[in-house]
Amino acid sequence: MALQFEKGAQQPSAIQRPTCAMIEYGHFSLSLAFVIALLQLSIPLAGIRCGWSTWTRSADVLSILQFVAVAFAYVVLTIAFVQSDFSVALVAQHSHTAKPLIYKLSGVWGNHEGSMLLWILVLTLFGAAIATTGRSLSIEMRGAVLAVQAAVSGTFMAYLLWASNPFWRLSAPPLDGGDLNPLLQDPGLAFHPPLLYLGYVGLSVAYSFAIAALLIGRVDVAWAKWMRPWVLVSWIFLTLGIAAGSWWAYYELGWGGWWFWDPVENASLIPWLAATALIHSAIVVEKRESLKGWTVLLAILAFSFSLLGTFLVRSGVITSVHSFASDPTRGVFILGILTLFSGGGLILFALRSGMLAPRDAFAWVSRETAIVSNNILLIVAAFVVIVGTFWPLIAELFMGTSLSVGPPYFNKAFTPFFVAIAVVMPFGAVLAWKRGSLKPAFRLMRVPLAFALMLGVLVWSLQGASGVLAPIGLALSGWLMAGSIFEVAHKIRLGRIPIGQSLSWLARLPRRDLGKATAHAGVGLSILGIAAMTAWQIEDIRAVNPGDSYKVGKFTVEFRGVDQVMGPNFVSTRGEFSLSADGQELERLYPEKRFYPAARSQTTEAAIHETLSRHVYVVLGDKREDGSWSARVYFKPLASWIWLGAVVMALGAMLGLADGRSRAPLIPGRSAGRIARAD
Amino acid sequence: MYTARKRRRIQLLLASAALLAASTVLVGYALRDGVSYFRSPTEILSELPPATETFRVGGLVAERSVHRQEGGGIEFQVTDGASSVVVRYMGILPDLFSEGQGVVALGTFDGSKFLASEILAKHDENYMPREVVEALKEQGVYRQQE
Repeated sequence: MALQFEKGAQQPSAIQRPTCAMIEYGHFSLSLAFVIALLQLSIPLAGIRCGWSTWTRSADVLSILQFVAVAFAYVVLTIAFVQSDFSVALVAQHSHTAKPLIYKLSGVWGNHEGSMLLWILVLTLFGAAIATTGRSLSIEMRGAVLAVQAAVSGTFMAYLLWASNPFWRLSAPPLDGGDLNPLLQDPGLAFHPPLLYLGYVGLSVAYSFAIAALLIGRVDVAWAKWMRPWVLVSWIFLTLGIAAGSWWAYYELGWGGWWFWDPVENASLIPWLAATALIHSAIVVEKRESLKGWTVLLAILAFSFSLLGTFLVRSGVITSVHSFASDPTRGVFILGILTLFSGGGLILFALRSGMLAPRDAFAWVSRETAIVSNNILLIVAAFVVIVGTFWPLIAELFMGTSLSVGPPYFNKAFTPFFVAIAVVMPFGAVLAWKRGSLKPAFRLMRVPLAFALMLGVLVWSLQGASGVLAPIGLALSGWLMAGSIFEVAHKIRLGRIPIGQSLSWLARLPRRDLGKATAHAGVGLSILGIAAMTAWQIEDIRAVNPGDSYKVGKFTVEFRGVDQVMGPNFVSTRGEFSLSADGQELERLYPEKRFYPAARSQTTEAAIHETLSRHVYVVLGDKREDGSWSARVYFKPLASWIWLGAVVMALGAMLGLADGRSRAPLIPGRSAGRIARAD
Repeated sequence: MYTARKRRRIQLLLASAALLAASTVLVGYALRDGVSYFRSPTEILSELPPATETFRVGGLVAERSVHRQEGGGIEFQVTDGASSVVVRYMGILPDLFSEGQGVVALGTFDGSKFLASEILAKHDENYMPREVVEALKEQGVYRQQE
């Protein structure tokens, strides 16, 4: 590798001296955090067992100390990256002096060790957040939650300290580093892993709450009120992280696709599906005190799935086109951690879930049933994705054949369940709790339903018989969006009372209800983008010479030539395309092929003409023997809405988070006392 | 109350079981077309696959075998050391595609040529697809890279 070819060079130790000792402080700080985690695991649990509340309370201080120690270690590693301290093995392998500052910072988590340290940092941050904001949670519950958090963070720190330590030094530091994989030197990817990690790790809080509930033997309204915001937060980050990753794959890989059903993508989709189910079932616990056991089980599953995702991404057991920092031996460790936490959690669940009795039953037609069917469909969809993702591994282990499972499988097996979820969603959202009736729900939803069916028929007749994807997709999206609008319109009595009064009703509408409608409409927007782009995309591949002009759909593309451009740490071959419609130039597009000398690799940068109604996506290919260039142009209608829909979903969840009722009671002494006494 | 709860629980369990069964059937059905097997050039030539089957072929891109043709097409040979097949592809090759490197192509074999719909190459210069390594080992030509 790049490390070797500078070996004979002089050691430039003079510049690096300031950070020399720093690195050891960082290493020490991480070890200290590990010891604190052990204390935080054992002392509060002993306190709960023996009824010593001072011991139980110590979890608060310990979790804040643990966070400070990990944060210090993280800052030290970041400084090493910024100062290009190549005596640290990790920095030497993954950084380069010529790299822009932002990618030196993102380089900290662009590799295995650093990304695990970031994971732990977020984990301890959340622990500290529970300790400081969770004052109204009973001391017992808070102590147990923080102890479980410490078990998780301690295990990961042990893994980092003994198996893949980011602070390990090189005895002979090279003059310059091996550079971060150029594909990762991109703003989209710089922020994709931290977002996903915030999501994954947020689910660890839900897991800690579930285990704590099983240990203490109590699941009540307060418990659900406390857990739900964490699930919402982690769901927001997962949604945005998945969207950022998909957007990155779309414009950076240059293949024009937005989802490849790649194991690494599935690794983030599976926990997302479980977290979506968990958000909904936690509402039932909070409102109706039903589905307690199921919600605890979902919380354990959701975190297990995010560990499974980490295992998939980090181990490389399943060949993936975009796993960047993978190593099979590490996979064994993560598999061990996964077995420990999900196995342990499930055993505990089997032993203790009997004590979580529901308060009362619900009728067949009720919001509860709608949410249960949402949950079952989501979990079955997750099961479908898991089977497809692990099938190659199973086939190789048990049948000895080498195969891969492609998009046709996922499209066939996953889509029906997702369509079913979308069909149920607007109906379920307006059913009453406990004992609902289909009639008013149907009366309320007849306009959206008619609108959706008409939209489907209209699309069908306009596009001719070229597949059912677009009519069904657009009908579903119309159904979800119109359904959400009608739900809100009904709640603010639009049309039945004066408009000004309706608006004041809207202002007083619980943000949680508004958030629900927004998030559901966001799903509709994403479906709109997916269906339109998949059904109506036009693709054009050809060899072009400078001056060539040709039609793609209603657009005219003119290839004007190629020039060389220097970047900070790359050389770029840049094509110039002029895009016009109806004789009017819309935009000059500059797709590039970049060559990164330090990493000795090349990347493709697509150029995209973006508006809300369409994308025109241009990729420059290779130079051919006869001097022409290959060029690929796509026309993608409504493509932006795939990601904007995800942003709207996240906004909806944020509204739900901002609702006073979904936050836990904030009067410390009284509510804590009430919860304790109520037992 | 207790019996109502119990009845509801049984009903829900039955509903989930039905849905799980449905999903298993669907999964089994979808796996039939969604799965693509891997074949090395030697395996293709020793037992010709049906022209309708979509599968993957992998190996090294043979030296001096890449030819770009009129209209954007590309042809190259994929070899596992013992035998090789011609792969035809329309489109833009991945960044790390080059002669002497590992490659995996997805497509169909019409009896003489492999018509690729997708060319996969991992975005890492040190990477060699696992199946390719296995195929090369089988032919005894695999060398551990530095």
